[in-house]
This record gives sequence, C-alpha cells and structure tokens, in this order.
Amino acid sequence: MLSVKGLKASVGGTEILRGVDLEIRPGEVHAIMGPNGSGKSTLSQIICGRQDYDVTEGEVRFEGEDLLQLPVEERAARGIFLGFQYPIEIPGVSNTYFLRAAVNAVRAARGEEEMDAADFLRHVRAKAKLLELDLALLSRPVNVGFSGGEKKRNEILQMMILEPKLALLDETDSGLDIDALRVVAEGVNALRSAERAIVVVTHYQRLLDYIVPDYVHVLSAGRIIKTGGKELALELEERGYGWLLEEKLQA
Amino acid sequence: MSDQNKELQELASKEYEHGWSTEIEAERIPKGLSEEIVRIISAKKGEPQWLLDWRLKAFAHFQKLEEPRWSKVSYPAIDLQGLYYYSAPKQEPLKESLDEVDPKLLETFDKLGIPLEEQKQLAGVAVDAVFDSVSVRTTFREKLAEAGVIFCSFSDAVREHPDLVKKYLGSVVPYTDNYYATLNSAVFSDGSFVYIPEGTRCPMELSTYFRINDQKSGQFERTLIVAEAGAYVSYLEGCTAPQRDENQLHAAVVELVVLDDAEIKYSTVQNWYPGDEEGRGGIYNFVTKRGACRGRNSKISWTQVETGSAITWKYPSCLLQGDYSIGEFYSVALTRHAQQADTGTKMIHIGRGTRSTIVSKGISAGRSQNSYRGEVKVMKGAIGARNHSQCDSLLIGDHCGAHTFPYIESQTPTAVLEHEATTSKISDDQLFYCRQRGMSEEDAVSMIVNGFCKEVFNELPMEFAVEAGKLLAVSLEGAVG
Ligand SMILES: Nc1ncnc2c1ncn2[C@@H]1O[C@H](COP(=O)(O)OP(=O)(O)OP(=O)(O)O)[C@@H](O)[C@H]1O
Ligand SMILES: [Mg+2]
Repeated sequence: MLSVKGLKASVGGTEILRGVDLEIRPGEVHAIMGPNGSGKSTLSQIICGRQDYDVTEGEVRFEGEDLLQLPVEERAARGIFLGFQYPIEIPGVSNTYFLRAAVNAVRAARGEEEMDAADFLRHVRAKAKLLELDLALLSRPVNVGFSGGEKKRNEILQMMILEPKLALLDETDSGLDIDALRVVAEGVNALRSAERAIVVVTHYQRLLDYIVPDYVHVLSAGRIIKTGGKELALELEERGYGWLLEEKLQA
Repeated sequence: MSDQNKELQELASKEYEHGWSTEIEAERIPKGLSEEIVRIISAKKGEPQWLLDWRLKAFAHFQKLEEPRWSKVSYPAIDLQGLYYYSAPKQEPLKESLDEVDPKLLETFDKLGIPLEEQKQLAGVAVDAVFDSVSVRTTFREKLAEAGVIFCSFSDAVREHPDLVKKYLGSVVPYTDNYYATLNSAVFSDGSFVYIPEGTRCPMELSTYFRINDQKSGQFERTLIVAEAGAYVSYLEGCTAPQRDENQLHAAVVELVVLDDAEIKYSTVQNWYPGDEEGRGGIYNFVTKRGACRGRNSKISWTQVETGSAITWKYPSCLLQGDYSIGEFYSVALTRHAQQADTGTKMIHIGRGTRSTIVSKGISAGRSQNSYRGEVKVMKGAIGARNHSQCDSLLIGDHCGAHTFPYIESQTPTAVLEHEATTSKISDDQLFYCRQRGMSEEDAVSMIVNGFCKEVFNELPMEFAVEAGKLLAVSLEGAVG
C-alpha cells in the first residue's frame, strides 16, 4: 500500500532522512519509535506532501502511484491522513465547519455526493461521544484554546470522520491522560480493518498495549536501524535506544 | 463549506461578475461642474428654492476647497470638469406598476440578483433601487406606510416630506464638512430617505442597491435616516458596478439621526469594480458617513464589508451626544492587486457614560495597501465613557501593506479606552493542515480569512453574511500560490 524506498530528505542543506525504507501493507499496524529529532515527524510530513523539505533521493508510492508528484490535498483525497503532533489552530472557523469542509472536499475529489448536513452532524456527534469529547468543542474554533489532550482527541475525531486508508498518527498519545489514552486507542482500533493501515509514531510502549502493532521500527538519525515485532517496544522501554546504536555500530 | 464552494467556483470563473453594463439610453446634461450645472440638476429634479439655495451655498464653499491629500492613498488628480453630474435612464416618469418599467432595467435588477417581483413576495425586504441617479422603483411602500415608516428616494422625500428633509439635511454632515461631502451637497443626484416614527420597530430590513451604470457619471448619493424616540431600523446597502476603463468617482454622504432609546443598524457590502491588476479603471470611493446619537440610550451600529473600489476612503462615524448612547463599528476591508483602502471610524464621546466598540479586520493581498484610521475622542463632559478598539490585520503575500493609525484623545480622566492591534499572516502550518484534510489551497485561504472576519460577519444580517463570505472568497481568487 505504502512503499518508501531509499528516501533521503534535507532542509536547508541539512540531511534529516538518510535513506528510509518502509513497506506497509493493508491491514497492518506499524509503530515508529526513536529518539527526539530522529526524523519521525519529518517522514510523516513528507509522505503527506509538506513542501519545506527537499527530497533528494528515493521514492514514495501509494497503491503504486508516485506520491511525491501529488499535491497535499490530492494525497488526502487518496485516503492518507496525518494526525498532527502539534495540531494547528484556526481562529474563527468552527470545528464542525472545518470537518464538513474536509469531508466534502475529499468526497468531491472522489466524485462522491456531498454529505447531507443533518446526517453529517449526527455522525460527528456520535463519533465525538465515542471519544468522550465534550460536544461544546464541536462548535468552538478549530483547536483554539483546546487543552493538549482535547487537541489530540480532536485529531482522532477527524480521522474517524474521514475514514482514511492510511492513518499516520504522530505522537497522538503524548499529552493524553490514562483514560483518554484508552479512549483514543479504542477509536483507532475501531478503524482497524483488512483494507486500512495505521502507522503510530510514539515514544511510549504503553500505547502499544492498546494498539497492538504488527511491526515496530526504530528510526534513528534519519534511518530505520531496527525493525521487529511488538516485543521490540517492550525491550526499548526497558533498555532505551543506546544498545541499538551500539549494535548498529558493531554491525 | 461546499455549498458555498460550488457557488464560489461559479463566481470565480468570472473575472468580475458585475462587470457588464446595460444598454439603456441615458439622458445626460453637459459635462463639467459649474453653478449652471448645479442649477440644472436642481431644476431637472423640480426642487424647491430652499434646496437649490443649499446646493448653491455648498457649491460656493466648494470653490474655496482643495482636494485633501492626508490619507494614505495616492491617485492621479480627478478631473472634475470631465465628469457628468447628472444622468437618468430614459423612461417615462410616474410608473404605476413594474410592467411599465423598461424591461432592460428590470433585467439589470435580475442580474444583480434583486428581481423586484420576487422580492415583493418572497424576501420581505423593501428595496429602493437606485439606477444611476434616479430612483426607479420602491416596493413595499404600503406595508411600510402602515407602520408609519417612510422609505423612499431622496427626491420623493423632498417632494413629499419637505419639512423632515429640511430639518435634518446637513444636520449631521454639514455642507462645509469636507471636500467630497461639500461636492456631494452641491450636486447630489438622488439617494434614500428613511424615517421611523416614535416607538416603531421597522417591520422589515430596508435595503438599497446602488449601481453606477452610466459612463463617466460621477455618483453623488445622499442618504438620510432618522429614527425617532424608541424606533429601530436595520438598513442594508449593497453596491456593484460595471467594469470601466476610466476611473469613476463616487462621493456619497450618509447621515443618521437617532433619538432617545432608538437604534439604527447600518450594514454595507461594497463590491464596486476594483480596477484591473494595475488598478486601472476602478472606482474611487470617497464616502462620508456619520451618525448622531442625539438621544439618551440611543445606538448606532455600522457594519461594513469593503472588497471593491480602486480606492476606498471612508470613516463611518458616531457622534455620541446623548447620555449613555452607544456607537459600534465593525469592519472588514479586503484589498488586493493595486487596491488602496484607507478606512476606519471616528467615535466622538460627548454624553455621559457613552460607550463605543471598534472591531476592524483588514486583509491585504497582492500589492495593495490597507490602512485603518480611527479616532476616539472623549470630550470634557463624557464622564465614564468607554471605548474598546480592536484592529487586526491579515497579510497574504509579501508585497502588500497594512497600516494602523489610531488617534486617541481624552479630556476626561474617568474615561476607559482600550486599544488592541494585531498583524498576522496565514501560516504555512495552517495551509498544510487544511490541505492535509483535503481542502484546496484557495478554499483553505478563504476559510481562514472568513474565520478571521467572523466577529464582523456575526454582526451582518444573515443573507448579507453569506454574500460577504462569497465576496471575500471571490476577491481572494488567485491571491495566493
Ligand atoms: N522545517 C525545518 N527546518 C529546520 N529543521 C528542521 C525542520 N523540520 C525538522 N527539522 C529538524 O529535523 C530533525 C528531525 O525533526 P523531526 O521533527 O522529524 O523529529 P522527530 O523524530 O519527530 O522528533 P520528536 O520525537 O521530538 O517529535 C530535527 O533536528 C529538527 O530540528
Ligand atoms: Mg515528532
């Protein structure tokens, strides 16, 4: 479904991704872990079409199509969703309006009818309830004055409404309390299906107790230095990243 | 958004939607400005002597004035002698019904989206449509008359309610007020008159659509609205103009008078032709709008959305004379290409406990220049006066300018005056976020800009708010990327 090959990217001459390979098939859940500044967010943003980075080598394909040639919104229309590490505020635009604009934009790009306004509202409210999201947040401006946890839950709400094929969740667990973590994880799990793939970027193995990954990758200094099963996360939790780096050096 | 979006797309496919002109034979008097012309205008309109005298005094005063150059706009000198000061669409006078009106004219109204017939039945909005300089049709007269409301063209008011006109004309904006107001006083063509009697809530929103149609016809509208004690009226003004190569001057005057416990809500959406990318051919919009809150607890609320005109020079103001009177100014001004806007308000606090609120949202794109100029003045007796001003600027691109000129002056120590100003840009993060959710860059920009203007749009009557949102989106087409 998503195929990243030899991806190198830099910003202002500094290389951030130094050859990333990643294969994601439908139905899979991948976790990407790694030290701060290793390039996890950069990787997800490049997959989604952020222009601040120069891709110098490699390719990114989604369902066989060259993603790097597509504008951001067309990638979204293909079914790629990014849960932002730092969700963006949009003053004066109500959360519901924003969501509806997003849904209808994606539907229009796929040649589908617009969603009926009343149906849409019912749908959004139902999902918000599942996420135990205060309904008042639906009519407030997008992310403005939301608490850290509310912003993250709001990202998951957007994901649940947009029903992407590939969801990249960048540190969605950061800033969530224990209960919220469970609720958000349930939301993500509800979306799991044989046609969908999910990539979670996280620092904590705790999340992976709830969202059990098929693969765990360790990204370090712009390279995936280790890939394993869910036990790798447990090992990382115990031992940190140091041993991996040494192992890599010795290899 | 997508209902809105579809409409946007349709609108966007036209460079300037209202840029057509109707072929109606126009009756004109010779070009140029002179005492003779002032006399001809007055005679054409069959005006009484007192009004002619007033015009002549204004004209005499005008001779002594020089064009002001203090605002932050620049443009070539206007050749006043090259303009026509009167033009009327040729048609028979005194029509009994719409059937008798030139069908071309009615078509024009259709194009403007105001089919009078339909509006009569559906919208419940009375329309006094000014086509060029002569009022064509006033609907809903009877219903308004039942409530005792007078809503008619200025010329009709002069004929039918001379005492009221005489009493209030020039009482808020004297003919000596400023260059453009003085010019207007001498040569004003027509406009609207509204009178709401004591204790009456106007049963519908009153709406006037102005349209400049005749080439080189400077437009000098004059509007006078009087709300007697305890009265209320919401008045809507919308403007469009056809595409032209030569700049057109528009110098309107609006006077509002509000007595005890009365309120006037005045909303404007201005979308005159802004000129091409170089600013050629746009409208010069030099307007004097002022309201006097004469009564205790009286209130005036100005809301404006300004997207058109090559140059906008306009400061809807409030004289807060009555104790505890309230003045409000909510403004969105959008400029792009080479447009220039210098707009804002004046709040003059005279009575005790007077309050004013200013919310100004300026959006600049292209090479445009957008200035907020506001004055808050608290006079000696205005004990406990309060003002809150908020001026936000949003920049799109790197070649435009936003400027804020707040003048604050208080002669009363108990006055509380607050001023906040912000300047922001649409961030790449915001655009990326919206686009990641599937929206196009243009839709994202229009959504963000609409959000930025929310506080002002909230003040507009519903249908105007929708129109305003569309206008912004259309005006922003191609402004990014
Ligand atoms: N636009 C940019 N300009 C300059 N440097 C950047 C930019 N984006 C990322 N970087 C740098 O690239 C490196 C990788 O950043 P990235 O945000 O991808 O890390 P991360 O793995 O997501 O870290 P964290 O776990 O802290 O979220 C960092 O050193 C960061 O400072
Ligand atoms: Mg990150």
